[in-house]
Order: sequence, then structure tokens, then C-alpha cells
Amino acid sequence: MSAVRVIAALTCKEAVRRRVLQAAAGLGVAFLVLYAIGLHFVLGTIPAGVLRQPLLRREGLTVLTLMGLYAVNWLCMVMTILVSVDTIAGEVNSGVIQAVVTKPLRRWEVIAGKWAGFGAMLSGYIFFMAGGLLLLVRLLGGQTPPHVPQAIGLMWLESMLLLAVTFRAGASLSTLAAGVVVFGAHIFAFLGGWVEEFGSLAHSQTAVNIGILASVFMPSEVLWRRAAFGLQGPIVGAFGRGPFNVGSVPSDAMVVYAAAYMTAALALAIRRFSRRDL
Amino acid sequence: MRDTAIRTFDLRKSYGGKLAVRGLTLEVGRGEVFGFLGPNGAGKSTSMKMLLGLVAPTGGTAYVLGRPIGDVEARRRVGFLPEHFRFHDWLTGEEFLRLHGRLYGMRGDRLAKRAAELLEVTGLAGHGRKRLKDYSKGMLQRIGLAQALLNEPDLVLLDEPTSGLDPVGRMLVRDIVRTERRRGATVFLNSHLLSEVEITCDRVAFIKHGEVLEVRALGDFRAGESAVEARVIGLSAEALAGLRRWTGSVRLEGEKLTLEALNEECLPEVVAYLVASGARVYSFQPRQLSLEELFLRIVGSDGGL
Repeated sequence: MSAVRVIAALTCKEAVRRRVLQAAAGLGVAFLVLYAIGLHFVLGTIPAGVLRQPLLRREGLTVLTLMGLYAVNWLCMVMTILVSVDTIAGEVNSGVIQAVVTKPLRRWEVIAGKWAGFGAMLSGYIFFMAGGLLLLVRLLGGQTPPHVPQAIGLMWLESMLLLAVTFRAGASLSTLAAGVVVFGAHIFAFLGGWVEEFGSLAHSQTAVNIGILASVFMPSEVLWRRAAFGLQGPIVGAFGRGPFNVGSVPSDAMVVYAAAYMTAALALAIRRFSRRDL
Repeated sequence: MRDTAIRTFDLRKSYGGKLAVRGLTLEVGRGEVFGFLGPNGAGKSTSMKMLLGLVAPTGGTAYVLGRPIGDVEARRRVGFLPEHFRFHDWLTGEEFLRLHGRLYGMRGDRLAKRAAELLEVTGLAGHGRKRLKDYSKGMLQRIGLAQALLNEPDLVLLDEPTSGLDPVGRMLVRDIVRTERRRGATVFLNSHLLSEVEITCDRVAFIKHGEVLEVRALGDFRAGESAVEARVIGLSAEALAGLRRWTGSVRLEGEKLTLEALNEECLPEVVAYLVASGARVYSFQPRQLSLEELFLRIVGSDGGL
């Protein structure tokens, strides 16, 4: 396990040295500042009468919270892929990996170390961003949505799933090809989610099934939709229909499937990397 | 097998039907400095990568320090300088050595002391806090050598260790190789610089198309592997043609006469013949074939791919 720790520390150090962490943190803070300013002025323009009606206030704040978290989720998703896509493919392509894997370690330890390093940084980022946004809503709007721990956990799982899939792609493909494949798969899942949502609105079981199939292929977006469902609460969920609300609720089984998918992707990344000629 | 640092038998590697290494059979003893020579595309780097577990063989067997290739315990006692010496260039020289030392399982004072010592040995003592991205090609090669020696390995594999170095750097590599040999380590050297190999190696293997053509000790020259360079004036065309009874390789460029592939025993006869033919012989210098000439003779001059 010692080699895993060394590689994990190296991964974190690289993110700091290459200023990836600083850039992501800067962007994150800028986003939170922008969101705080936006929320402050939006709340200031809502007529006092509306703010005094609990249901309308809750609905309005929930939509604003979901909107912010939706952006946070995208930001975290993009960060996950961008920061990790080059770590295996790039080091294999440049030959940097040769001096590392000829040391007395097993190749799975390289993948596990990188996973641990990126996992730790991305976890911190997700908790900082989602937590920061929820804190702003609490401070400025006086509201905390329900099921926050579950929602953040699901967003975290989505990021870890994308990390595993990115590792799997990077273990076989070039940096660019791996990026295209993972982004493509996530966009596919994203569109599948919308097909499912529209299918649910239009009461088309076929469209819903197509959406579910897309999620089976790539269960990333489904985790956000499940998180958003929990956050919107029963009242907003029943009455609200907008880009940030969820009508067709992903099942518990789909969440378990996503976790299994992540584990399998990581295992396949290790298997591929262990057998690859370097 | 105990006295063997590297032993391969019929080691093969093919990429999609194309054979890169076709039956490498080789034995390198402990404490030897062994040169691995061949034209581009001969399979040298692929063979070295197979020995290190970087590339999986398609067939055959190989043992490194008595253990099957890819064995983690064997790698604990192996040092490797990759051909293109690409490293994490955002690290400083000191950080780089500490990283690779930790990967060898080294810690604390032992690692700090060894890293400082190697920075000194490789002439980088004043550059340990500089990032690798600011290193010149030669400095990168030196720091690469340092990381290959961190664990005081029993076997050091060096892939083109002098390709980026100036003459001072090459001398440094020669010194390091000699030091390693004195320490009892085996050095397996893959190099295009035959003059370097000639100076440093005990034995060499010539390979082509992924096969060992010949293995021999340096200095072990055989019959017909000596040459003569002479300064001769007044050599007639008939007399020049007459020299072909001793060797087929006769060249006259101005006053410089070169005769290759001569048997040493016939040298007095050749001198007598030249004098008898009326030519004036000002110098007659027998010498053995250089490694380069030997290389061309064994491997051929059709070059690599």
C-alpha cells in the first residue's frame, strides 16, 4: 500500500504544481460569488407578498438552489474528466510511466494511487462547491433543502463514476480519444435523461424506457437526477416542472447499478493497464 | 542461474503478426558489463522492455536475477534508465530522486543521503532544487542515471545512456559504469555509440531482426579480423591486384593503402611482396577491427528501419 500512498501524494502534488487545483478553486470561488450576488438581487426583486407565502417561497428558493447545484454538478463533472483524462494516457504516451512501473510496485498500485489522489481532491472540491452553495442559500434565503447528505453523496458518486470511466478509457486510448469517449458517453446519458423526463411528461413508456436504457449504458446523469429529486422535496416535485425538476425518478436499483458500474470500470482500468505494453 | 543476471530463451514479441523479437536467447553473467548492439528496429529496446516487464513477451522464457521477468522482488534490485528519459518535469531534481527512492521503498535519512550522493556523482549537486523542466537534455539524462542507481541495484539497464550527453557527460557515464562494475553490479547497455561500448563493455551481443547474431567478448578477435593501414608510394596496378591473394578487401586512396580481413600470420609475406614489387613502404600499421567495423561485418551495412 505504500506505493499507492506515494502515487496518490504525487497526483495531488502535480495538481498543485501545475496550478490545476488553484485554477479550479479560483473558478469555484468565482462561481459562488456570482451565485451569491445573483441570489441576493433575485431575492431582492421578489415582491414581499410572494416571499411571505411559504409554498411560493420554498418553490422559488428550491428552483434557485437546484439551478445552482445543477451548475455545480456540471462544473464538477467537467473538472473530473479534464483533470484526470491525461493522467494515464499522457504518461503512457510520453513515456513518463516507464521509470515508474519498473520500480518494485504492481501496476494496480499506480491506478489505485491515482484514483485515491484524484478522488480525494475531487471529493474536497464537490463538498466545497455544493456545501458552499447550500450555505449561501441558507444565509441569504434562510432555507436548506431536504436530503442534502444524500444529494451530495450522489453528486460525489457521479464524479467518482466519471473518474473510473475516464481511467478505463485512458488505459486504452490516447488523451484526446479518451476525453471524447467519456464526454460523449456523459452527453449521451444526459440526453437519455431528458428523453426519460419528456417521456414521463408525455406519459410515453417507450420514451421512458429509452431514457433508462441510456442510463444503463452510462449511469452518470441519472445520479444527478436522483439527487435533484431528493432536493426538490415532495411539494415542489409534485407541482414544479422545469429544467431543474425531476419528474421520472431514478430507482434505488439504478443508484446501486451506478456504484457497481464505477467499481467495474475501475477494475477494468486496472486490468487493461496491467496487461498493456508500455 | 545464481550467477546469471539475465537469461532468456527463445524470447519473442510480435505486434499484430509483425515480429519485433524473434527468439532472443541470451545469457548475461553477474558483474558483467554487457553491450546490446544492433541497427534501428533490431528489437533492442523491445527486448529490454520485456526484461523489465514493460512489454509482455509473445513467447519464450526469461529470468532477471534468477526470477521470472516482471517479478516485483527482482525489480527491487534493478535500476533502469529509459531511452527517452521523460520524467515528471514539474518536480525538482531532489523531489524526483526522493519520489523514485520512495517507490523503491527507501525512506528517511538513507534516502536523503543517497539522493544527495547521486546528485554529487552525476554533477548535479547545485541543481537539485531546480525543476526538471528547466534541465537541459544532458542534465535530464544525468538525473535519469541517478534515479537508476538509487537502490544500489544488482542489475542496471541503460537504454542509450549517452545519447544526449556531451563528451564530459559521456566520460561521466563511463566512470559510473566502471564504478558499478567494481561494486559488483551487472550493467546491460543498449547503445548506438559503439565507441562507448568498446570502452566500457566486457561482452557484446549483436542483434538484427530480433535475433542474436553473435555474442562475443571484446578483445576476442578472430582470424581474419585484423586490418593493415600502410603508406605506400609507387604501387603499380598489377601489384595492387596481386594483394588480393591475401584479402578481397584492398583499397588504395592516394598513398594510403588499406587491407582488411587479413590473417595476422601473413603480414610478413605482404610486406615482402610490396617491397619486391618496387613500391616504397613508409609505414605499415596492423590493427584489429574496430567495434564499428565488426558491427558492420556481423550485422551488415543495410542499416535499420
